[in-house]
Amino acid sequence: MPINYYIFLSVALFCIGVAGVLTRRNAIIIFMCVELMLNAVNLLLVAFSKMHHHALAATAPHAGIDGQLFVFFIMVVAAAEVSVGLAIIVMMYRNTHSIDVNFLNRLKH
Amino acid sequence: MSIQLVWLVPVLPLIGFLINGLFRNSLSKSLTGIIGSGTILLSFVVSLLIFGQVRQEGFQATVVTLFDFISVGKLQIPFAFQVDQLSTLFLLIITGVGFLIHLYSTSYMHEEEAPHFARYFSYLNLFVFSMLLLVLGANFVILFIGWEGVGLCSYLLIGYWFKNLEYGNAAKKAFIMNRIGDLGFLIAVFLMINQFGSVTFSEVFEKASGAKVGVLTAITLLLFVGATGKSAQIPLYTWLPDAMAGPTPVSALIHAATMVTAGIYMIARSHVLFDLTPVTQGVVAVIGLLTALLAATIALKQNDIKKVLAYSTVSQLGYMFLGLGVGAYTGAVFHVMTHAFFKALLFLGAGSVIHAMGGEQDMRKMGGLRKYMPVTGLTFLLGCIAIAGIPPFSGFFSKDEILTAAYAKSPVYYVVGVFTALLTAFYMFRLYATTFMGKFRGGHDEGHPGAAGHGHGDPHESPSAITIPLIVLAFLAVVAGFLGIPEVIAPHAHWLEKFLSPVLAGEGASHGAEAGGHALSAGTEWGLMGVSVILALIGTFVAVGKFARNPELGEATGLGKVLANKWYVDELYNAIIVKPLDLLAQLLVFIEKNIIDAIVNGVGRLVQYGSRQLRLVQSGQVGGYVLLMVVGILILFLVELFVKK
Repeated sequence: MPINYYIFLSVALFCIGVAGVLTRRNAIIIFMCVELMLNAVNLLLVAFSKMHHHALAATAPHAGIDGQLFVFFIMVVAAAEVSVGLAIIVMMYRNTHSIDVNFLNRLKH
Repeated sequence: MSIQLVWLVPVLPLIGFLINGLFRNSLSKSLTGIIGSGTILLSFVVSLLIFGQVRQEGFQATVVTLFDFISVGKLQIPFAFQVDQLSTLFLLIITGVGFLIHLYSTSYMHEEEAPHFARYFSYLNLFVFSMLLLVLGANFVILFIGWEGVGLCSYLLIGYWFKNLEYGNAAKKAFIMNRIGDLGFLIAVFLMINQFGSVTFSEVFEKASGAKVGVLTAITLLLFVGATGKSAQIPLYTWLPDAMAGPTPVSALIHAATMVTAGIYMIARSHVLFDLTPVTQGVVAVIGLLTALLAATIALKQNDIKKVLAYSTVSQLGYMFLGLGVGAYTGAVFHVMTHAFFKALLFLGAGSVIHAMGGEQDMRKMGGLRKYMPVTGLTFLLGCIAIAGIPPFSGFFSKDEILTAAYAKSPVYYVVGVFTALLTAFYMFRLYATTFMGKFRGGHDEGHPGAAGHGHGDPHESPSAITIPLIVLAFLAVVAGFLGIPEVIAPHAHWLEKFLSPVLAGEGASHGAEAGGHALSAGTEWGLMGVSVILALIGTFVAVGKFARNPELGEATGLGKVLANKWYVDELYNAIIVKPLDLLAQLLVFIEKNIIDAIVNGVGRLVQYGSRQLRLVQSGQVGGYVLLMVVGILILFLVELFVKK
């Protein structure tokens, strides 16, 4: 399958994520959109990694492997981020009985 | 005594300066006086010992190098002292007259409070140190250090009574006028470095003959600009009469005997350069002559005893420059020496009179003081005779030597010079007659503010610390002339010329005074001498006859008024230099306040306003931040894709 398909898909996913983060006020949905963006990136990394591996396998048996490594890193970081983020959302809900991010602008005061 | 120990001469006054300056609050007055005068006395003794060596036959000029002062690339400026006949002569004059004036000061300044008394002596010591540095320096840079040092001390001492605003202004005037001259000197030194790659006397003089005349003329003219500032010549002379604001011993030491002769020393020292540039020599002679005449005319109508002496100093300095201009270097230095004696004597005598009068300086309120102050009166009379040029007193010999040389150069110089000599005799005896002869006109009843300390009766003779220097100086003023008896009177009796010949009789002697003088026939010389003596005597007797009985007490009118107002030169300078500069300064103040300050304040206000607007962006809305972030990323993308090709 040509690499273009992967690129289009991940760009589409990323843009959906961005649009979601920009337009929604529900914290959970924003989180999901952020995850969507991260996964778009993951998809791209994996696709490029595979492509490089195929192209250079003859001379360098481990070509493209670092791309896949990055994916794991991103997954771990995303998991950590979600756990912290969800904890914040829970605390927010306890205090305001809402998960609307615009409530957070009160922190300014 | 080794010549190598010459550094002791300036270092001793420096030590005195440090002790008196640093411990001025704890030293008693007598101790201050002893330290101040003692260090100068010691340095006089050292100078005498050096003189003993220098005067021996076959003495070679010695350069004593102390340490490397400046060493940049090829330019080497050592901190070195030049010991030769010329510098030794000046050493003796400075430390000798300096000591007498220190001694005099211990009594004259005795009413000052101890810290100010010590401040006075520390300045005076610093001055002697700088002056010694000036005459000892073996290159133009060391000379310049001393040159600036004496200017600074002059400023400090003129403004010694700094609480009086007028005195402070006089001090500033002196300093600024000196600075104008100093700039010329400095540029001359830079030109020398540029042309010769050296500032050491011997090297510069050696290379001078190979240089272009145009460059040499520029250098010598700039040096002369420096000399006009320091030695009070046209156009920079107006500071010297104002400098009389300082204590009288200061006027005697700095503004008559030593500092103002620095310009003459400098030109005599670099006479090799001046000999090569006839244009500059002409300028020097004409400026000197004009200054001598102008100052003498002003002195005719001054009523302040110190002002008369001040203008007389300017006039005598003009004579010395005339001497330098016509190549009579020995004559000029001779006149420096005799002038140091009789002018210091006259100033100290005037100081003694002012002391006795309780601070009064107006001659119209004096008169008949001869009766009350016999020693001061007699010594003052001797000084007047000496400066008037009546033989066999010292002034006659030195003035005559300059005038003879001037005649050999051009009879016009001689005529103007001898006319000035007539004026000199006239105003000096006007001063003497008004002050010391006739009847005492100072009312005891007026109660001068300072008179309380001097008893309430008639003015009385000053204490011995004042009269002893007067007597010594009077003796020197009378006999110093015999060091330079002209050839026609007694062959080979001109000791000074023989003494100075290794320094001053270079290749330049061909058109110098010595050769020029000899070109005249003996008859002519006798004639010239006779004319100047007769004119001096006429001036003397007319003045005594006119002013002994009826001193002019009223305000001057007509030409006299112009003279009394100093030809309105100060007013002229105010109108053409000070006023425009003031206007320029006001314009600059306006620009500074309204443009430069406005820009600075505007930048500050702009930042404040901008930050107040930017603050609104930070709304706390998470969506807004994210939007900005995305927009930023997009911009980066666009830049990456389209701009950075």
